[in-house]
Amino acid sequence: MQQFLQQMVNGLSLGSIYALIALGYTMVYGIIRLINFAHGDIYMLGAFAGFFAISAFHLSFIPSLIISMAICALAGMLIKRVAYKPLRTAPRISMLITAIGVSLFLENGGLMVFSPSIRTFPTVFPVKTFSFFGGLVKLTVKDIVVLTVMIVMLILLQYLVYRTKIGKAMRAVSFDKDAASLMGVDVDTTISYTFAIGSALAAVAGVLVGIYYNSVWPLMGIMPGLKAFIAAVLGGIGIIPGAVLGGLLIGVTETLVAGYGNSLYRDGVAFAILIIVLLLRPSGLLGKNQREKV
Amino acid sequence: MLEVKDLHVYYGAIHALKGISFKVEDGEIVTIIGANGAGKSTTLRTISGLLRPKKGEILLNGVHLEKMKAKDIVKMGVCQVPEGRRIFANMSVLENLELGAYLRNDKDGIKNDFDRVFSLFPRLAERRTQLAGTLSGGEQQMLAIGRALMSRPKIILMDEPSMGLAPILVEQIFNVIKEINSEGTTVLLVEQNAYMALTTAKEAYVIETGNIVMGGQAMDLLNNEQVRKAYLG
Repeated sequence: MQQFLQQMVNGLSLGSIYALIALGYTMVYGIIRLINFAHGDIYMLGAFAGFFAISAFHLSFIPSLIISMAICALAGMLIKRVAYKPLRTAPRISMLITAIGVSLFLENGGLMVFSPSIRTFPTVFPVKTFSFFGGLVKLTVKDIVVLTVMIVMLILLQYLVYRTKIGKAMRAVSFDKDAASLMGVDVDTTISYTFAIGSALAAVAGVLVGIYYNSVWPLMGIMPGLKAFIAAVLGGIGIIPGAVLGGLLIGVTETLVAGYGNSLYRDGVAFAILIIVLLLRPSGLLGKNQREKV
Repeated sequence: MLEVKDLHVYYGAIHALKGISFKVEDGEIVTIIGANGAGKSTTLRTISGLLRPKKGEILLNGVHLEKMKAKDIVKMGVCQVPEGRRIFANMSVLENLELGAYLRNDKDGIKNDFDRVFSLFPRLAERRTQLAGTLSGGEQQMLAIGRALMSRPKIILMDEPSMGLAPILVEQIFNVIKEINSEGTTVLLVEQNAYMALTTAKEAYVIETGNIVMGGQAMDLLNNEQVRKAYLG
């Protein structure tokens, strides 16, 4: 029992990170129907931004987090402007291929600029463990930080999407671009904001992973990027709560597989979930079965 | 005054508008009638900035609209009720109306306009928190019109407001159009329902395969032999 609860805690921490990345996938898909495969590499960029802010500029956690979010938001908008905007009227597959190209560019650019070595993320929070329920569950400070930050981000995102003008514009554009234009919504700017917000959330995930697992390197975005993509598909791509649900489920499943089965299978299980979802429920757990609009 | 001069629009290689010209005087209801595919929606979509003309001018009181962004055209006071209503089905009635006022920041004015829309369409007031997708066809059309009014347009472009509605509702919608017009909003109405359009409008144009083939007083067109044969059955 104790081990199970402990695995759940670890799973939720990992799942929170996947959820934060999956949100960016799902928001961008929701607005321009693009699987932005470069998103995992934005997360890597966020981790490095946090790393340098903390280790080179000796900033504390929150300023580092904000700087990393700002850098990734700008990077996201720049990528959208340079790589995707010129293809807006091109067939959808062109944008997808471009996304893979951008991803390779960022990965290899990262290897060049940051060097391929794995760097140790400085210790930001004291190594301390709290016991709950009479020692049944132990939470480290890192667990608490990851879970708290994720919840704060979800509340902010919820507020942004449902209570602000930008959020309303985002929902309108994702539903019907022409109708949104006729209301005076600037579709292009709204898409840029969506990239900025999704990328900032990936930056949060990057910084949290640095803190949680203590290491960053240029190819760190590949696997979590794919897992977060699976999470987004599992929850229902384009659906914001789905990304969170999918992320947490993948995180918990992976941890349980690693804890009770064989940790060699953890990646395999995630991909098996993708295949099963695509076979049985392609619109995802929270998705409605919709016919493709013509 | 809205003035369209020698407007040419292409969809790829297809020449959809072949140099159309017409005028809409302030305070009037002007209609363009024509069959499916004649270029009616294309005309409105081009005025609203969703399509770019290859050639020609669109002038609102002398200001060129043909190169402006859709957003700036709304700001200039030109708003459209698109064909098929295109309401945001996943949002509430209230949120749809708020989106109509997207470019405005005058809270009090927006509040007044909510009241105005709700008095024009009491059904919408009853359903303000309901998701727009759950409304009936007639209610959705009312919402689409209300949403356009929220931008306080000088001129409202209406694309087939009668489409898919029962005759009683069509009459109701046309009464609303007259009421909006009597309050000072210019209306450019595009319709397949030629009888309703010609009895409502003052000036009228007939469009056929991308050309305006006839124009004049709506009453005269209503009595014109050719128009009667082609559009009034």
